[in-house]
Amino acid sequence: MGESPSRSADARTGGSGVTTSHARPAGAVASAGILTGTPLPTGPEFEPGPGMGGGGALPRRRTFGAERAFRGLSVAAGTMVLVIIIAIAIFLIAKAVPALRANQVNFFTAKEWFANEGRFGIAALAFGTVLTAVIALLVAVPVALGIALYLSHYAPRRIATTLGFLIDLLAAVPSVVFGLWGREVFIDPVNDFAAWLNRYFGWIPFFDSEGPYGRSIMLGSLVLAIMVLPIITSLSREVFAQTPKANEEAALALGATKWETIRTAVLPYGRPGVVAAVMLGLGRALGETIALAMTLGATFGISFNLIGSGGNSIAANIANGFGEASDLGRGALIASGLVLFAITLVVNMTARAIIYRRREFTEVAA
Amino acid sequence: MAKRIEAVGVTAYYGSFKAIEDINLAVEPKTVTALIGPSGCGKSTFLRSINRMHEVLPGARVDGKLTIDDQDIYDPDVDVTAVRRTIGMVFQRPNPFPTMSIFDNVVAGLRLNGVKKKSILAEAAERALRSANLWDEVKDRLGKPGAGLSGGQQQRLCIARTIAVEPQVVLMDEPCSALDPISTLAIEDLMFKLKDRYTIIIVTHNMQQAARVSDRTAFFSIDRTGDPGRLIEYDATQKIFSNPGVKKTEDYITGRFG
Amino acid sequence: MTTTTLAPTATALRGRRLPKWAPIAIAALALALAAALVHGAGLGGWVLTLTVGALLYLTGLYAVATAVEGRRAARNRTWSALIHSAFVLAVLPLSSVIWTLVSKGAERLDGTFFGTSMNNIGPRDATGGAYHAIVGTLQQVGIAALISVPLGILAAIYIVEYGRGRFANTIRFFVDVMTGIPSIVAGLFVLAFWVLIVSPYVNDGRPGYSGFAAALALSVLMLPTVVRSTEEMLRLVPAPLREGAYALGVPKWKTILRIVLPTALPGIVTGVMLSIARAAGETAPVLLVAGGTAAINFNPFEHNQSSLALFVYSQATDSSKYAPARAWTAALTLVALVLVLTIAAKLLARRNRLGR
Repeated sequence: MGESPSRSADARTGGSGVTTSHARPAGAVASAGILTGTPLPTGPEFEPGPGMGGGGALPRRRTFGAERAFRGLSVAAGTMVLVIIIAIAIFLIAKAVPALRANQVNFFTAKEWFANEGRFGIAALAFGTVLTAVIALLVAVPVALGIALYLSHYAPRRIATTLGFLIDLLAAVPSVVFGLWGREVFIDPVNDFAAWLNRYFGWIPFFDSEGPYGRSIMLGSLVLAIMVLPIITSLSREVFAQTPKANEEAALALGATKWETIRTAVLPYGRPGVVAAVMLGLGRALGETIALAMTLGATFGISFNLIGSGGNSIAANIANGFGEASDLGRGALIASGLVLFAITLVVNMTARAIIYRRREFTEVAA
Repeated sequence: MAKRIEAVGVTAYYGSFKAIEDINLAVEPKTVTALIGPSGCGKSTFLRSINRMHEVLPGARVDGKLTIDDQDIYDPDVDVTAVRRTIGMVFQRPNPFPTMSIFDNVVAGLRLNGVKKKSILAEAAERALRSANLWDEVKDRLGKPGAGLSGGQQQRLCIARTIAVEPQVVLMDEPCSALDPISTLAIEDLMFKLKDRYTIIIVTHNMQQAARVSDRTAFFSIDRTGDPGRLIEYDATQKIFSNPGVKKTEDYITGRFG
Repeated sequence: MTTTTLAPTATALRGRRLPKWAPIAIAALALALAAALVHGAGLGGWVLTLTVGALLYLTGLYAVATAVEGRRAARNRTWSALIHSAFVLAVLPLSSVIWTLVSKGAERLDGTFFGTSMNNIGPRDATGGAYHAIVGTLQQVGIAALISVPLGILAAIYIVEYGRGRFANTIRFFVDVMTGIPSIVAGLFVLAFWVLIVSPYVNDGRPGYSGFAAALALSVLMLPTVVRSTEEMLRLVPAPLREGAYALGVPKWKTILRIVLPTALPGIVTGVMLSIARAAGETAPVLLVAGGTAAINFNPFEHNQSSLALFVYSQATDSSKYAPARAWTAALTLVALVLVLTIAAKLLARRNRLGR
């Protein structure tokens, strides 16, 4: 895009231009410049006149000027992104290492979190983080894809635009609001549901809890599911809506039913986009802090019991424990944050890698 | 395998806009019929109403009677998908499924119909690709993406995909308009060959093409923009191009209009 | 070439179809059966009845449609029903969120709430407000925008206009990756980098919690969003526009500033507003690095600050019986702020000339 004129100017013919910022004529000067490395004296008669496009030799490229400065600025801004990512890793490590040194138990296998006393482990927290995120996605993804298909292929156009707009707005609602709603409102039906589950399905280990129910993994995961739902929906709806009409018509003309058209033309075309949307949802779910801090029971233990009061996650623990943390405690929390950073980094990079690889197939196609 | 198509008083709408009005014509089996006319005259709309692809667009509907061997295509009890399986369609721009290989593209219609056996699929794919004059060019790379082919090959792939389900009528909506002359020639050759087995109806802007490939030609036109398109003349291609019965047809064919 | 008939039913266009009333009848039957089942066995209430009814409807529909219309049509019907029910399922909780937000938030929607802070408000005081938090949010988000917007736009210009080869691709990749950084990690980063290491030098060795630190964390979160949306918009600027300028001898940087950026501006503004809306709702980083306070602090560079999102969090976890009302009203205010920004951004995007 936008081939630049400076591209040709970049192809310099010699070593000239290194030493001077003067605009000089090309031609004879260049060869002399190569040999001597010094500029020939340039008189005022060589300066390009004010008549823009006027006769005379072509002016030389400026070695230092607005173009360079602007370019440098933009390069610096681009580099800044890399610098920030690296700085995040460095500073988190710098603060985490002293705390990890002072830790008296194995950081990766211990379940307890007495950070101020120097005994803390990530096992229970990491488990809780992954468990809540996975349950949330298991609940949210099918529903989100259903709504996305409804909006892109089933709903009448006017309803689809209005609802799509509303879903986009819901994606913008801050997580603290969802946390508040989960803690104050949603907790009641979830508790009823938990009691019911325990009564009839208590023989399944997931639902084996006599109570108290309150803030549980189920509550946290469901709130999380409701939060990632608009994100996944709105991304996949966009992808589905971009399916080339020609491909859908090709399927229809082969005698496909509506669902078969979706299966043959829409879903395969949208797959990379859907994978990206789900991965982004997963990243969001893994890193979600405040909603989980408000809806999980903040206990330290590894248990598949979904309905009993309990549950925790790395991010929620940072928010909950930060207030009472000593210097050592803060270091421990930063160490746990480093683990979270690493997890989300891996998830995100995998997602991107998948997208880039899948894109090849569809882009050759397009 | 081929069937007779008959239209009686067919009128098609896009919402409140009437695109074509009162079209009456009959297409005999195993012939090539060309629909010609200026842009916007409704020939594509008519073509798409034959296999009920017209109604895919929101607000679009069709009045009148369209029959295939005396079965009403628009009977409320008729299964739309069966209509489209019987009357295949090739579109203006080649539209292979971008995520599928060449092989998967050809057998897509069969898979939809529940054919699962590898051997049957492979046999059908080869037969369809041979019929579409594409087999020799792609037999070594059936697993590659269909969209990696050239435009002309893609269009022949789409034709192969259409005839793989063994329809009885094949509709072609300006199948060569996006192709270079050599690919166009290849497709025209193919039409000659296919006409032994299928009834073919083709919309084209290219009058030489209509004259070359078709047995009968229907000329559509509109009076003014916004008016519905009408069938002006329908006759043997020979007659339309040498001695048209209507002045308007003659004007169009000699290039004085449109 | 042999021609075996592969499509056996190709000649029969007519298929048996379910009458229009059949799905409704199946639904009624399924509901009745579910009600009898659930209440007869005393398993639960109306929620369970509806759930069981829906499941019975889906299986019943599939069975009947298979028998009458065949498997393909039955699949089509069942999937269609499933897709519609997914929609209903999602609307329920989301409308509950909106409803409670409005009904509970209206309770404290008064002058005191917007005019006072939480300074000297004890657990038994029904008054108190979020003035300090609103000030904090506006200042932090404003500073964050001042940092991230120029930086983000310049980075996008580098990626689109100057970037070639490996380095540019690397940066693009990491911008993508950076969008996925959890907000709490951004908060920890600024905590480690600014609050605990840099600011003690100017703060007599004490950690310097401040609104500015929160702004730093928010700008880390905003930056990738700004870069991505600007990048997308710059790519939409048609090449002939640039080439036209180059052909007139306009230098590249001037072309970018005078022609490319103004053309892409509405889209860029949309992206910036969306990122601001997102940053305004962030709680975790503010909690970590601004510290939170009950009093009004107009100076973002010194001493603790609060923010609206943090205010919601602290009130929600407060044990005073008046705290929830304050939390809901603050949540309503926050959502209103975020939604106004988002809606304005989306409306602007619709008027965008470069729109897709």
